[in-house]
Parts: sequence; C-alpha cells; structure tokens
Amino acid sequence: MTDVMREPAVIALRGVSHAYGAVRALIDVDLDVRAHEVVAVVGDNGAGKSTLVGVLSGVLVPDTGEVVVEGQEIQLTSPGLARQLGIATVFQDLALCEHLDVVENLFLGQEIRRGPLLDEVAMEREAWHLLGQLAVRLPSVRAPVSALSGGQRQAVAVARALLGEPRVLVLDEPTASLGVTQTAEVLNLVERVRDQGYGVVVVSHNMTDVQAVADRVVVLRRGRLNGEFDADLASYEQIIAAITGAAPHPGEGRS
Amino acid sequence: MSWSPPGGRVDTHALGPGSASRAWRQGGVSWRGLLGPGADSGSVPVLAALLVLALVFQAANPHFLSADNLVNLSLQVSAIGVMALGMVLVLLVGQVDLSVGAVSGLAAAIVAVGAVHQGWPLAVAVAVAIVAAGVIGAGYGWMFTRVGVPSFVLTLAGLLVAQGLQERVLGSSGSITLPFDSPLVRFSQQSFLAPALAYGLVAAGVVGGLGLRLLERRRRVLAELPVDPLRPVLVRWSLLGAVAGSATWYLNLNRGIGASFALFLALVLAADILLRRTRWGRSVRAVGSNVGSAHRAGIAVRRVYVATFTACAALAGLGGVLAAGRLAAANQGTGGSDTNLTVIAAAVIGGTSLFGGRGSAWSALLGALVVGSISSGLTLLNLDAAPRYIVTGMVLALAVTVDALGRRRVNVADR
Repeated sequence: MTDVMREPAVIALRGVSHAYGAVRALIDVDLDVRAHEVVAVVGDNGAGKSTLVGVLSGVLVPDTGEVVVEGQEIQLTSPGLARQLGIATVFQDLALCEHLDVVENLFLGQEIRRGPLLDEVAMEREAWHLLGQLAVRLPSVRAPVSALSGGQRQAVAVARALLGEPRVLVLDEPTASLGVTQTAEVLNLVERVRDQGYGVVVVSHNMTDVQAVADRVVVLRRGRLNGEFDADLASYEQIIAAITGAAPHPGEGRS
Repeated sequence: MSWSPPGGRVDTHALGPGSASRAWRQGGVSWRGLLGPGADSGSVPVLAALLVLALVFQAANPHFLSADNLVNLSLQVSAIGVMALGMVLVLLVGQVDLSVGAVSGLAAAIVAVGAVHQGWPLAVAVAVAIVAAGVIGAGYGWMFTRVGVPSFVLTLAGLLVAQGLQERVLGSSGSITLPFDSPLVRFSQQSFLAPALAYGLVAAGVVGGLGLRLLERRRRVLAELPVDPLRPVLVRWSLLGAVAGSATWYLNLNRGIGASFALFLALVLAADILLRRTRWGRSVRAVGSNVGSAHRAGIAVRRVYVATFTACAALAGLGGVLAAGRLAAANQGTGGSDTNLTVIAAAVIGGTSLFGGRGSAWSALLGALVVGSISSGLTLLNLDAAPRYIVTGMVLALAVTVDALGRRRVNVADR
C-alpha cells in the first residue's frame, strides 16, 4: 500500500468548503485521488457526499478551496471543463437522455465529426469497441436509452465516462438502483477500470460494496472529513463508528 | 464476465456488430421504412391524415385535387410552414413561442414600411425585418436562460409587445399595399421553377441522397457494422423519387412549383441535416430530452436555448415577409388572429412532440400541408372561418393525444 500512497495525486481537493445558504454542506475537505486506486467516500445521508461529487464533476463551483489537477490549480466551472481535464463522472441518475440512442448518448458533447457533419460510422464502431471492452451486452447500439434495462443503462453511463481516456472516474452511488447480480457486475467493472490504471472515486453508503472494491475509505460526517482508512486493515466497526460519529479521534484507524 | 440484463432478452438478440443484423433506426422492411429519409414513426399518422383529408375533400369538391388548387395550396402553406419550422426547433428543446404570429406581423410591417414608405432597397427591408424578429427571439432566450421566466409567459408578453410595435410601425393608415411589380410580391405570387429546373432538382436530390446513403452503407460494411439489406433501400428511394417526380409533373400541369414553396422545402432540408447530422442538432435534441443530463454531458445549454429562440423568431419574421408578399400588403391583421395557434398546430400535427426531444424538420412540411388542406378544402366548400377553426382544433387535439400517448409509452418503458 505504501508505494501507492507515495504516488502523486492525479486529482486533489484542497480545503474545499461549500454552503447552500445557511447549510454548510462541505467544510474544509481534502481529498487525494491517485492512479490505480479505488477511493471510497462514505457517509450518512446529508454528510456532503453529493456535494463532493458536484465539485469533482464541475457541476458545483465550491465557495472556497482548490481543485488541483496534475499539480495545477484549476477552477472547475463547468462539467465540460472537468471532462476535458480527465475527470469523468457517472451520476447517480446516470445523466442519460432517454430519447437519444446508445451511440448518441455515449458521444454526447464529444461527437466525432467528419468535416462539419457527424461521423456516425466512426462513432458506432467506437461504441461497439468500448462496450465490448467492458463486456457490456446490448441488443443494439441504435436503441433509444428508454428501451434499455436499469443495468444496461448503468453500463452505458460507465462506458460514456470511460470514453476519451479520463484520468479519474467518479461514480456516485453506482449500485443504489441495481439488483444483486448487476451490483456484482458493476463492482467487477470498477476493479477492471482500476486495473487499467484509472483513479476511481466511489461514493456510496453501501458498506458491503465499499469493502469489496475500495483500497482506501474516506469518511464524511456533517460536511467534514471524519477519518481515512486503509480498506484492508480497517474493520467494519471502525468505519461505521466514523460515519456515525462514535469514533473519539478521527483517523485513529489509519494504518 | 458479461453484463446481462435480467430476463435473458439479450440471449435472443445479436451480441456484436457483425451479428446484429438490423440496427434499430435503420428499420427493417416495415411500412415506416418505406417513407424515405427523415421519416420516423411520428410521420405515419400525419400521412394517413393527409390521405383522409384529400379523399374527403375530393369527394366533396372535385376541384380539390386539381393541379390549380394544389399549386395554390403549396403557395399558401409556404409562410405558415416556414414559421412552423421555427416552432419545431423551439418545441424540440421543450419550450414554446406563442408570439410567432405577432412577430411575423411585425416583420411584414417593417418590410412594407421600409420598402414602400422609406424607399429602402427590398433586400435591406427584408434583412431588417428578419434581424428585428431575430432580436426579439434572442431577447426571449436571454430572459429565459438568465432570469428563468417560463417561456409561455415570456412569449405571451412578447406577443403584446410585438403587436404594439406592429401597429406603431404601420402608422395611422394601418395598412400598406405593396406594388404588384415589387420583387417580393412577384417572388411569392408569380415566380415558379422552370420545369427543367424542377425535374433537375428532384433528380439531383434523389440521386444525391441515394448516393450518400450507399456511400455510408459502404463505409459501414468496411467498418463491419450492421447494414440494411440493399433492396429495401433501393425500393424506398425509387418510391421517393417516383412520388417527388410525379408530384412535380402534376404541379407542372398548372403553374408549377412556386419559388416560395421551393424556398420552404430548401429550409426544411437544411434544418433536417442540421438537426440529424450536426453537433448542434444533437445538442438541441439532448436539451429537449433531458436538460440536466445535457448540461452534465458538457453541452452549453444556455447557448442552445438562445439559438433556438432566435432561429424560431427569425423564421417567423421570414414567414411574415413571405405572407406580406403573398398578400401584396401588410396590415394590422397580418399574423393576427389564429396564426400563432395554426403554426403550433402545424408543428405538432406534423409529429413534433410538445414535451421536447422528439420531432423532425419534416413535421413542419407535413403539418403545414395538413392545416393548409383543411383551410383550402373548407374554402372550396364556401365555408367561412368558423368550421375551419373547429376542424383544425379537433385535428390538433387528436395530434396532441397521439403525442401524449407516445410519451406515456416511453415513460412506461422507463420502468
């Protein structure tokens, strides 16, 4: 684990705070994401997980604090910019357009063109290639997303995030709406993505999933960091204690 | 290590590019495939409606399907059709513009006053009218995206403003007649494509379209992607060529294809390519389908809204200019009364959804033909506006019902 820890962070948050009116959703949060690792961000409802996803994905601009990408301090002012910098997010609601087909959704906002017109042939070929790599099965890539099952949609959303070689993949509650088999498939997918060299952030409140895939667990409680654990060494009880606030000293479970 | 959905549906389907014999969109040899390019399932009910209307009106008055009346019909629908095309764009992003009639009236007034009273060159007058209309649309877009005013209230307010401006521009007389030798009047009333040119354009369109289709098919084969069987493609395009060719022949028995109608068709074709084959068109459909998703996919949502509102108003302005030319006059009634609702009706009847995300440029043509046929047929029967309102209203209600049912089907499939 130590060799991974020494690697520089691909993406880091430094002292990020954000408030919705009087509600302070994130308070002075630091987070490092390195290549080849899965960081799980856990916390109870209202702990600030979704706000953290918003900041990482460029949907929310935090009140204070920095986002550091490859050592460069960056203002993530739009989802498009985050995407360009290599931060790809799979949102909890997947952020797919139901009327558009699979290829159109995969390439939305980053279409391949041939002159001024779209190159449907290249996009469709790339789509099959990408879905094949992830071992995703679909009846047709020209089916509208509204015709797909929940698991298939999740797969399309992950495939879209991996398009264009991102550095970091952020997954917000990736298994919340899935059945047992599909959950296992998503977790396999997360590990495969990690093994391909990506940094992965999994935001979840499902401890079983977290223990299955995470290398490192970061706990949020009421907007603040409340502990960071090595997933192999920390016990379930330690993490739950940090989530609920029963742990007397933040970070005591650190290896 | 596969990602199989529940229900094992995948197992009965093809799993790879080579084996998926028939891509969803490309359709099989279904009735919907016979409609030609740009046609989707939305156009089937409206084509059926057109057929029914034609048969009913022909039975009531044998003059309805005469070449003379169809040429008149084509000239009448040009202005409404151009405006409906703009409405399709705004409906596609899930919004509505209720002021297109008033904006077209304002544009008509500007052209007439500019060309007749101010003595501007016609081209300048037309350009000023269209730009003025576009500025109104850009204003809607700005207010909608920056302030968040709902578009139907915003454009209702705009309707009053545009109506007031129209009266002010027209001045005390309230009506301005365009001289019959004005190029605008000649363009809208008396200019027709030479038969050779008309046939040439039809042939070029069909051969060019089929050629591009076959070229793309070849690229798909080389890329080992699923392709349609060749024969239905050829059948479809020959059918399309036969229909377009015989329609041209029939209209040429009388005066031919009007220049304004040809302009409308060219705009529909351009909009269709823009919507289906460019990044901008895709972002329009994405915003209409799910604006939050489109934003998170990195699309500049505000810019898309402003562009569609601007384009809609500018096309409404062009429609007003064409209407002024067709009537050889601009007055307070231009673009008034039922114009707004006729335009919205044309777009929706043509198959563009009121709920955003679904629709095509061709729905402006088909819908304009339906409302135009109703109007023309009832006029031939010497009926006044009252039954026209009733029939158009009922057809609109039917179209919206079909739209809502189609939407419910999509939502059920979501579960």
